[in-house]
Amino acid sequence: MIAKRPLSAAALAGALCLAPAAVRADETPKHGGTLTYMIPADAPPTLDGHRETTFATLHAAAPFYSVLIRVNPDNPSSTTDFVCDLCTEMPAPTDGGKTYTFKIRQGVKFHDGTPLTAADVAENWQYIVHPPDGVASARESYFVMVDKVEAPDATTVVFHLKYPTSAFLPGLADPFAWIYKKEILEKDPRWFEKNVMGSGPFKFAGYEIGQSIKGVRNPDYYRAGQPYLDGFTAIFAAKQAVRVDAIRADRAALEFRGIPPAARDEITRDMGDKIAVQTSDWNCVNLVTPNHKKKPFDDVRVRRALTLAIDAWHGAPALAKIANVHTVGGIVFPGSPLAATKDELQTLAGFWPDIGKSREEAKRLLKEAGAEGLSFELMNRNVDQPYKFIAIWLIDEWTKVGLKVTQRVLPTGPFFDGLRHGTFDVTVDFNCQSVVNPLMDIAKFLPHTVYPENYGGYEDQKEIDLYDQLLHETDAAKQREMIRAFEKYVLDTQAHMFMTPWWNRIIPMRSYVKGWKISPSHYLNQDLANVWLDK
Amino acid sequence: MYRYIANRVLLVIPTLIGAAVLVFLLMRLIPGDICAIRLGSGGSMADPRAIARCHAELGLDRSMLAQFIDFAWGFFRLDFGVSMWSGKPVAEEIAARLPISLEIAMMATVVAIFIAIPLGTISALKQNSWLDHAVRIAAIAGISTPSFWLGIMSILAVLELSQMLFGAPWMPPIDYVPFWQDPLRNLSIAFLPALTVGYRYAAVSMRMTRSAMLEVLREDYIRTARAKGLIEKIVINRHALKNALLPVVTLIGIEFAFLISGLVVTEQVFNINGVGRLFVLAVQNQDYTLTQALVMLTVVTFVFVNLAVDLLYGWLDPRIRFG
Repeated sequence: MIAKRPLSAAALAGALCLAPAAVRADETPKHGGTLTYMIPADAPPTLDGHRETTFATLHAAAPFYSVLIRVNPDNPSSTTDFVCDLCTEMPAPTDGGKTYTFKIRQGVKFHDGTPLTAADVAENWQYIVHPPDGVASARESYFVMVDKVEAPDATTVVFHLKYPTSAFLPGLADPFAWIYKKEILEKDPRWFEKNVMGSGPFKFAGYEIGQSIKGVRNPDYYRAGQPYLDGFTAIFAAKQAVRVDAIRADRAALEFRGIPPAARDEITRDMGDKIAVQTSDWNCVNLVTPNHKKKPFDDVRVRRALTLAIDAWHGAPALAKIANVHTVGGIVFPGSPLAATKDELQTLAGFWPDIGKSREEAKRLLKEAGAEGLSFELMNRNVDQPYKFIAIWLIDEWTKVGLKVTQRVLPTGPFFDGLRHGTFDVTVDFNCQSVVNPLMDIAKFLPHTVYPENYGGYEDQKEIDLYDQLLHETDAAKQREMIRAFEKYVLDTQAHMFMTPWWNRIIPMRSYVKGWKISPSHYLNQDLANVWLDK
Repeated sequence: MYRYIANRVLLVIPTLIGAAVLVFLLMRLIPGDICAIRLGSGGSMADPRAIARCHAELGLDRSMLAQFIDFAWGFFRLDFGVSMWSGKPVAEEIAARLPISLEIAMMATVVAIFIAIPLGTISALKQNSWLDHAVRIAAIAGISTPSFWLGIMSILAVLELSQMLFGAPWMPPIDYVPFWQDPLRNLSIAFLPALTVGYRYAAVSMRMTRSAMLEVLREDYIRTARAKGLIEKIVINRHALKNALLPVVTLIGIEFAFLISGLVVTEQVFNINGVGRLFVLAVQNQDYTLTQALVMLTVVTFVFVNLAVDLLYGWLDPRIRFG
């Protein structure tokens, strides 16, 4: 989905592909029923959202918890529409943009009947942002801008930032930022790994290790009339064939991660109008990272040649038929107001409209760098969708400029080891985020000293300076200019890393499932409060 | 015989020590880090402080020797530790999955025995007849067909057949319930995987039974038994089959032991939350404690099943004495 100009949230929502059986505005939700859905993973390590980063934890336990703010569940495709969950209204920042004061809802109860207050919210956020010794917080680094969090009274939570930044609010809508009971958190922070005590739309009803997790309706939920469901059962099933067959046979109604195009085609052909499909651009993308510490990838000409050889504009539509990719985009998620338009992209290496000219330039650069006919190995992760498809496509594109590339596919553990130890020439990399937060999401492109999960092996102070200015800029128009400059520098001038088509999320569901709307991330909109069954 | 059993049990100890050292070293030779996988495999940033904290929590920042001593001492006390992935006791993780794996293994064994031995015997008795050829073709098909493919095809066949016959596709339930809670649901979950695995199991056993029977039927004592005027049924059941079963029993024993933790692909295909699937998960996640415990479990299973098979020999063949 390439915008000629930034799209409004409403236009974006309209651009989503929704099957005919989706919710209509005049439909009245029905109460009752149990939703059975599949979680496309083996059991999660724990049920603690503060500690874990896997969607398996989120899909299993998000329905039990509340958060402070979240993406709008009625408009989850928007990248800017954040709404209150536990708060009463979205605050305007004060103190030059460094202070956010939230008023907390009254009457919210944890599932054991005890009240949830501002103190619980503040304590949780303090644990997330500045975890005490011995407490794990997987997202501590996302909140470097936060100085402290406090609850001056029972209904107020105040976030004090070190500097104003528009990266804060999207970060606050993190889907893993569940609000736990302060008393338990202080007594035993690890309690939530194996136990559930939330204030969300569903109460914990059972967990069969490695098998399934169940929840039942929370009758004291603070949103009147919700949840509509009596309960849910989530079944862990790592194999796609099992999930697709289960949906066919109505053993499960849907899964929330995504299936490839071939599976979608098969299930829609077999099931007809019994199946609805929702699709969306996905806030995940595969990148190509040359190892700057290995010759000749320390030469910017070779790196630029690698990106100039790729024909993304024609490759993306072809790949979209067989792989979970779709949209050609720059470093910012295509649906974001900060994303590059097609015209802007076409000025960057790797996005030129004339692929012939682009490849000629690639060959010229390789010759100039003495790397004509270069042979190298592409390291990849042993995951079909879309890693292996992307890699095969890349290798084919590179042969067109005379490069000879082989692929080394590794299971997840050794793959990560290879990334961390730099034992690769060029690698397929990835950047997968939850809430679309461009200023934080593009941190992946920063050198390793700033962003430890960058594996390119380079230092670049100019890039860091560009990013720093961007992070502190709050004017939207200036931000856009600066992000374009950063993008050009990273993808073109230095070609530190480069893009492949953004992932595409395809969610099949039985057509009786209503209320749930797809978002750009499989981490978002998972509390199921607004889901209902039309049967 | 008790001395024999005691000696065999004592022999388990060096076997376990050898397996323990091997699995400990091999797991640590595989590149990768459970903390990096856990905190970074989703694609978002993995905070190095969080990873370091994870290492400290799991004891991975200690020396290899310290880790091995911890593991060995725990094993000696029958304390298998906690899973590095989930934090739950290893015993709890395995106990949750053992029932279904055992159930499928037993059902598959029953299927195999009830198919393999009769058909293998008949095939040997009717050597080179059309029945023999049919049984041999079925056996070769069973051996050469990958069980995961058979599993996928069986599910698809059930889906398509039910669609054709009843107008809506049906498949067995995918969330396990114990037998005592809902026998029908439990059997409908276990039936297809047991049949799929049992077919291959039966195919191998069928061929062994046939081959062993053919050999035994050529023995002099069989000719003598027939010459004495014994009816064929007694010749086969009392004289031939018992001797022919010795290698078959060995095979069935080894296959059964394998089934407990080796049904990796079948469990994936049918979404069975069994020990085989847990094994794969443990290795993929580089969960050292869980993998080590599962390997030990497999070794112990093989050792004791082999012991049981050896003791069964004594019943089948009275000439065998345990010194």
